[in-house]
Amino acid sequence: MTADEKRAQEETLRRVRASLARRYRSERRFRLFGLSSALLGLAFVAFLFVTIIGNGYTAFWQTQFKLDIYFDPAVIDPDGQADPQQLASANYRALIRDALQSELPDVSGRREMRELNRLISAGAEFDLRDEVVANVALIGSTRELWITADDEVDMLVKGHVERDEQGGARRLSDSQLRWIDALAADGRVEQRFNVNFFTRGDSRDPEQAGIAGAAKGSLFALLVTLVIAFPLGIAAAVYLEEFAPRNRWIDLVEVNINNLAAVPSIVFGLLGLSVFLNFFGLPRSAPLVGGLVLSLMTLPTIIIASRAAIKSVPPSVREAALGLGASQVQTVLHHVVPLAMPGMLTGAIIGMARALGESAPLLMIGMVAFIVEVPQSITDPATALPVQVFLWADSPERAFVERTSAATMVLLAFLLAMNAVAIWLRNKFERRW
Amino acid sequence: MSGSQTAEAVDLAEEEQLDNSRAPRMDQSQAVAEDFQSVAQEEYETHGTVTAEDPVMTVRDCNVFYGDAQALFDVNLDIGRNQVVALIGPSGCGKSTFIRCLNRMNDTIDTAVVTGDIRLYGEDINSKSTDVVLLRARVGMVFQKPNPFPKSIFENVAYGPRLHGLASNRAELDEIVETSLRRAGLWEEAKDRLDQPGTGLSGGQQQRLCIARTIAVNPEVILMDEPCSALDPIATARIEDLIDELSENYAIAIVTHSMQQAARVSQRTAYFHLGKLIEVDETNRIFTNPGHKLTEDYVTGRFG
Ligand SMILES: Nc1ncnc2c1ncn2[C@@H]1O[C@H](COP(=O)(O)OP(=O)(O)OP(=O)(O)O)[C@@H](O)[C@H]1O
Ligand SMILES: [Mg+2]
Repeated sequence: MTADEKRAQEETLRRVRASLARRYRSERRFRLFGLSSALLGLAFVAFLFVTIIGNGYTAFWQTQFKLDIYFDPAVIDPDGQADPQQLASANYRALIRDALQSELPDVSGRREMRELNRLISAGAEFDLRDEVVANVALIGSTRELWITADDEVDMLVKGHVERDEQGGARRLSDSQLRWIDALAADGRVEQRFNVNFFTRGDSRDPEQAGIAGAAKGSLFALLVTLVIAFPLGIAAAVYLEEFAPRNRWIDLVEVNINNLAAVPSIVFGLLGLSVFLNFFGLPRSAPLVGGLVLSLMTLPTIIIASRAAIKSVPPSVREAALGLGASQVQTVLHHVVPLAMPGMLTGAIIGMARALGESAPLLMIGMVAFIVEVPQSITDPATALPVQVFLWADSPERAFVERTSAATMVLLAFLLAMNAVAIWLRNKFERRW
Repeated sequence: MSGSQTAEAVDLAEEEQLDNSRAPRMDQSQAVAEDFQSVAQEEYETHGTVTAEDPVMTVRDCNVFYGDAQALFDVNLDIGRNQVVALIGPSGCGKSTFIRCLNRMNDTIDTAVVTGDIRLYGEDINSKSTDVVLLRARVGMVFQKPNPFPKSIFENVAYGPRLHGLASNRAELDEIVETSLRRAGLWEEAKDRLDQPGTGLSGGQQQRLCIARTIAVNPEVILMDEPCSALDPIATARIEDLIDELSENYAIAIVTHSMQQAARVSQRTAYFHLGKLIEVDETNRIFTNPGHKLTEDYVTGRFG
């Protein structure tokens, strides 16, 4: 090696060394930056979860009074016929009032009786009625039952409303407060698991309002979306990726699919309103229509994700199948689609998760109505979870605050469940090549 | 800013050094390329004998274009029965392009256009009436890179027979799979793990699996595109034995970069250069007494 070459080599080495420190520094900086972004994101998620759960978990409990209810035949079944019509229209409130009065004998006068009555949820009498209709043998007996308290009582017991600010947030009178304390001292006030929240539809009374209607509405709508958007999306993606001729029309279709993915969701709602409701005359507020609208919205997402998944299937697999004499359809069905399935499913679930959280298009097709009944089919009127969150957040009662958070928790639980399914499916289908 | 400048400086320094070391070889290949230029100018003709005595496939005036670029120029070649034809030539000269014409795999490339007359037992494979699915069942292919399906070993081999309905029941299918694996020399290694993924095999085993998969459909012609490029000498020797054995029943075209391999397994050898079939002849003739200067340069290792 000549002296010149040696010098050149040393010079190269020196320069590489000099740049090395800088390279490492920038690498560290970059990593730190990435780490802090990840941590920041995590912090926001943690904050979100802590607030929502902190605000909402109390909604899963509901204050109830333990009362000895005497199913007085004179009140509910004066004829002794156990006639269902008669039983259904009897005055059950009187039973509760009597039971309360026997606990608090010093209550007297119409005004005080009315105030006492207000401690109990307006829906409690219907619970009793349902129980009697279901079991006629109760008539004439005395049972110790848990009776749902009014939401004002609930808020007070849970400490959401201060005891000493009557006229402000506290809407219970001093005597009502005294009676509650008396019952509590007797061990007759307790927070019990809020079954209503999980089994009922919406209600004007917070203590009677449940998430079941909205959850079922969402579930039905998502089922419709899945059944429509998933096969259509995959078929479209397979066609575009594997069979479509390369020409201007297909380019146009592709561009429009990509554009469709970026269209604001409310526009899909308007489309649904004018096409499905006004033109086809489908029922308003129905999960069927909600599902159709959400399918339109989800379709581009599924198509784009599925195409990416199909593209990532190695061409060698296609060649192998074609080389053996598989037709193009066989190649696609036997090899490409199964291999692309994890990616397609991921795309579908991401699309569905977005659809689950979507409320704007549902507003346009009437899934925002106040609906008490839990829907039994996809054509029954219903709301959806995010719409329910919106409706409750808009309600003035203090008790709806915690229910709003609780509904959000249910929505998040739905999302987590869907993601879990996505991961499970992906692992199930995932193959190496 | 200054960083990229330094990096550039390093690059330049490196390049200079490399250039120096490369210089002599560049001169040589340039000379050969110029040599070829003179060939390209005139109307070129393939040296040797392109015809085979008992041809299974005949190729006449085959041209292939990828878009505007022409990859094959007027190739004429026969593939004889019970014969192995080796295709050799420098990288990018069109060997793969050529054998992909023989089972119309070039159809799968949008930009590829194949012209000319290619016949299998006298039947034009590019005619409208030819069923490409049937053609590929008759002309099997083993690819350069092992490409087993991400399925079990059994499924890999059974896929072809199942596709074409070659087995009427499970026992027959089992038998086809076993004989194919046996003939590909993989049975002993694979018989206890037939239900395990084919992708879990070693590279050489995967290639043998691909060969088993190809012979399972009992094709009349087998095309092999550098089947041993990823294999160690032992696996290579095994596959060469297999090719030898297969040539008793099949017509075989094999692309290879190894002169020794071409010499060992083939009866005829075809030398391609920049898309042209320069010379084709008896294998020992090509290696001992080639008719064209380019062939001689290539087989003696002066080029490529
Ligand atoms: N799909 C394609 N699109 C465009 N050009 C291609 C395509 N495939 C091959 N070519 C070109 O055609 C020419 C011949 O390629 P081919 O693959 O047949 O070479 P080869 O002889 O098999 O080379 P190697 O020995 O490296 O495999 C090359 O110039 C290559 O760049
Ligand atoms: Mg090649």
